Amino acid sequence: MQIIPVPGTLDSSGFDHFARELQGDSEEKVLFDARHLRWVDPGGIVALLSAGRVVREGQGRRPRLQLLESAEVATYLARMRFFEAAEEIFELETRPSRRSWSSSDVLLEVTPIATNTDIHAVVDRVQEQAGAILSRTLRYPPSAVVQFSVILSEVCQNIIEHAEAQGWVAAQVYTWAKRLGRQVLILSVADVGQGFRGSLADSQAARFGDRWGDATALEAAFIHGLTRFPDSGRGQGIQQIRKQVNRWEGAISIRSGTARIADVPAWDDAPPLEENLPPFPGAQIHITLPARRPDDD
Amino acid sequence: MHPVSIDVGRLVRRNVASLYSSLVTRPTGQAVRLAIENLLAEETGPVSLSVIDLSQVTVMDFSCADEVVAKLLLRFLTDERPREAYFLFRGVRELHRDPMEAVLERHALAAVAETRTGVFELLGQVGAEGMRVWAEVEARERIPRPKEGVLPGEPRTSMVLRDLLRRRVLFQNPATLEIQSLSSLLRETAP
Repeated sequence: MQIIPVPGTLDSSGFDHFARELQGDSEEKVLFDARHLRWVDPGGIVALLSAGRVVREGQGRRPRLQLLESAEVATYLARMRFFEAAEEIFELETRPSRRSWSSSDVLLEVTPIATNTDIHAVVDRVQEQAGAILSRTLRYPPSAVVQFSVILSEVCQNIIEHAEAQGWVAAQVYTWAKRLGRQVLILSVADVGQGFRGSLADSQAARFGDRWGDATALEAAFIHGLTRFPDSGRGQGIQQIRKQVNRWEGAISIRSGTARIADVPAWDDAPPLEENLPPFPGAQIHITLPARRPDDD
Repeated sequence: MHPVSIDVGRLVRRNVASLYSSLVTRPTGQAVRLAIENLLAEETGPVSLSVIDLSQVTVMDFSCADEVVAKLLLRFLTDERPREAYFLFRGVRELHRDPMEAVLERHALAAVAETRTGVFELLGQVGAEGMRVWAEVEARERIPRPKEGVLPGEPRTSMVLRDLLRRRVLFQNPATLEIQSLSSLLRETAP
């Protein structure tokens, strides 16, 4: 059996970890060992689901997922509806029941995105739930609910229009005490589809010649707003999301294939472009929105 | 000289498309745009003024705005347009402004919007001079028939007026050649 250790702390960097672990074509049954998992955010949740799906699709059978049932993280995963999404991907050894939860920091539980109807449902749900979190917790103006809904809609459409595969979205608010000293909203969207290079290859690869690859495909979409569609109205979504995230002094990154591109705010030290990462299929969008400080008003 | 009274209501038919709730995703936008185009196809008059009412729209994303605003306007600006149509967006709020402005600028379009307080505004890529001339016509409601085919004002203003007419954010009565704001056209064609 191939054992893939799940880190104790799992965030969007989990994609890099799982990509490294999944290199090679092992035929052995895979076990995701998450017994040491203590903390996970939406980026980590969708990374784990994505890694599981890669194994399931590659081997034609479900990998096993081992968690400590008693761990607080298992309760949190239940509350985020992780197990509903995971049961078609993993053989689950543990499945804590989803208890009612009074905390209001879950903005959006793990939600599969396969059709436009899913996007409508997600946008409707967020409009109902997001107001208090965005205004009270993050100190954003009332209009932020609409702007956040638009961001959500556009990132989810990216899955349907470009991935040609099902994906997931999740969002949550956390306190980043050490890193930023403030609360942040984390929004993560992931799929294991054809990725940006695959989506843009037919329409854009020729113009880049030998330079064509995951990084140039990401630059084409992220920086220049290019899409596979000849229609000039396409490609605005990512550009407009970047503008809005920048207004809120947030960070946005997209990982696809072997590259990651990002708009990096002053408070972050991530590189704007990373290449030669371990390959992972599809595209993963990660947005971090920090709370406004009292003196921002 | 007395102004000639022209019944614009006989020339221009007004229709209203009221949109609701969340305008998100491109397929939704396409469906809404097609519904509006079908509504227009049933019109019988030579010219139509369509009011797209956004009062009840609580969220509009960029993909949907591209279809419901930009693609709709583009369809009726081309030489192959199915009919003579003008559009006015009603109930426009801040939440609509960002996506509308973005798609209008992307396609170098302009559109007339009526805010919730009943103020008419010009959105999109028009430039300062275009905005000034449009605001002047909006304030005066109409300017008289130009003599000998020359539009009133300086040559530059004349050029700007032509551009605003071409972009259909002003209306020129084909019978009288008067140039009219869409807001006054809306009032004259009220049922």
